Amino acid sequence: MSLEREPEPSSPLTAPTLPMDAAPIHAPAIINFVAAAEPVVAEGPPSPIRQYLRARGNGGLADGTFAAVMLVCALSIFAIVLFILTILIARSRLSLSQFGLGFFLRSAWNPVTGDFGALPFIYGTLATSLLALAMAVPLALGVAIFLSELCPERLRSPISFLTELLAAIPSVVYGLWAVFVLVPIMRDQLGPLLVKYLGWTGFFEGANFGVGLLTASIILAIMILPIISSITRDIMLAVPVSQREAVLALGATRWEMIRTGVLRNARIGIVGAVILGLGRALGETMAVTMVIGNHPDISKSLFAPANTLASVIAGEFSEATSSMYISALIEIGLALFLVTIVVNAIARALVWAVTRGAPARVH
Amino acid sequence: MRLSSARRYAVNHLVTGLAVLSTVLVIVPLVAILGYLIYKGASSLNLAFFTHIPAPVGEPGGGMANAMLGSGIILALASSMGVPVGIAAGVYLAEYGWGTMLGMAVRFTADVLNGIPSIVMGIAAYSLIVMRQMHFSAFSGGVALAIMMVPTITRTTEEMLMTVPHAIREAALGLGVPKWRTVISVSLRTASPGIITGCMLAFARVAGETAPLLFTAFGNQFWSFKLNEPIAALPLQIYVYAISPYDEWHRLAWAGALVLILMIMVSVTLVRIYAGRGVLKGAS
Repeated sequence: MSLEREPEPSSPLTAPTLPMDAAPIHAPAIINFVAAAEPVVAEGPPSPIRQYLRARGNGGLADGTFAAVMLVCALSIFAIVLFILTILIARSRLSLSQFGLGFFLRSAWNPVTGDFGALPFIYGTLATSLLALAMAVPLALGVAIFLSELCPERLRSPISFLTELLAAIPSVVYGLWAVFVLVPIMRDQLGPLLVKYLGWTGFFEGANFGVGLLTASIILAIMILPIISSITRDIMLAVPVSQREAVLALGATRWEMIRTGVLRNARIGIVGAVILGLGRALGETMAVTMVIGNHPDISKSLFAPANTLASVIAGEFSEATSSMYISALIEIGLALFLVTIVVNAIARALVWAVTRGAPARVH
Repeated sequence: MRLSSARRYAVNHLVTGLAVLSTVLVIVPLVAILGYLIYKGASSLNLAFFTHIPAPVGEPGGGMANAMLGSGIILALASSMGVPVGIAAGVYLAEYGWGTMLGMAVRFTADVLNGIPSIVMGIAAYSLIVMRQMHFSAFSGGVALAIMMVPTITRTTEEMLMTVPHAIREAALGLGVPKWRTVISVSLRTASPGIITGCMLAFARVAGETAPLLFTAFGNQFWSFKLNEPIAALPLQIYVYAISPYDEWHRLAWAGALVLILMIMVSVTLVRIYAGRGVLKGAS
């Protein structure tokens, strides 16, 4: 292992190195060429190459237009976010003015009388997401430690390829699997087991139909695991090798090296990865809608059917008839939008703080 | 002293064991899911799936031909809007806005936009287009998916352009080639395999999206070719069939899921191959 970092492959204009036999007189001319992109040598007729290029349109107009088009497209990303925000506020004005901020504290959900409140869905979203995180984070950390520190070189590539693949499977396919495999397991095997051994906690009461908060949390945990573990692995790999070597040289065991050399340096980024997973869990729609039972209730039991912010929109939007009903659902969408923006912004800032300069990946 | 070092080694082995155990705990069920999907899908797939439209309830047979065509139409629409914008924004980030405040802000916004739930995109497209036109349409579904494609394509394009050596750009500029031509004929051309696979990745990701299509494209049991009418889509059809009570429909849902997954597997594998190469070849 070399302690020196390799030179950046794409170093910009800095210090053009000349071959030894090149005449030093040429050096300023080359630098001028690069910086100004315009020939400095004005003597004699222009070469055929330059004539050809000039004929192809060498104007500042084309350059300026091209740069402006690229800039507009880049700015359109801002525009999209602002635009979604405005349209969601505009379309939920009815419910915003009727219920105000109390909308998020009311637990009524009665489309017939037009009485709406988002509290049951906020509860459902928080409960499923936090439960999913509680299940996924320890496992994801273990996987990341294994992949970045312990894994033999031969296994690393296939395992990380597999996690990437699993992160790319669509939500509806996970939902399909959950409906036909996870729900029966939950109903017939895992559920009775939980009642038998953990029934005294009061979290596993009432009828167990296989669908409900717990099933939704499990499928969420399965879905966010690959994301959290692959980002955490990237962050841990971004910790410099010299840190590890320094701790090992002091006589630490491998775990002590991981704990003091890697985890302590990467902790901010790991928190970022977990929050990124939370953002994914908060907005996950299809798989949750298919197994959560879709019932606007706040219940202590994890077997109880519930609803999340995203699943109530998916489940009821096409049945919404009154404009107040639609407006209330759009307001829920607005809340989801704002919450995920905040959560993602925090997470990205944390992850960037650690991996700045390291190549980013597509997640 | 001895005791404490014995404890330290014990803890070391314990944690190593836990890390290996958690990897096994994660990998085995995930592989089981993948295997089960392939097994169920492969046993349900047949030729009729690709050539027939859904059969009425109670009749055996039928397929998802119209849903695949619908998905194709919506995705073509989404790509025609999302790909140019995404690539152009990526070009801005890599060639013009590198290191500037604005570039940082655009990059950050793109990453945040990437994390916004797909159902919110569906609602936004519904509020924008469907509410105004008063009917569901393939076009509104295409817009929702296009918005979802942009951030992914922007970020991959940027990454891929950053791998193009500066010396090549400098050579072009040194010959007096204007910057816009340098970007198109040198930077983009050199990075094109990576950019194309990035677009495929974005394509595959939105191809499996259901939530944005629920109340934009809406679904359709019959053939539909018009852009301003409700249209069927593969993920939507899988969703509807999965929550239906009919065994025949469940079979079709599994087959549809397999088709979706195969498409995604191919594109993810391609991306991996190109990303693994580091500096891209090309510039023929």
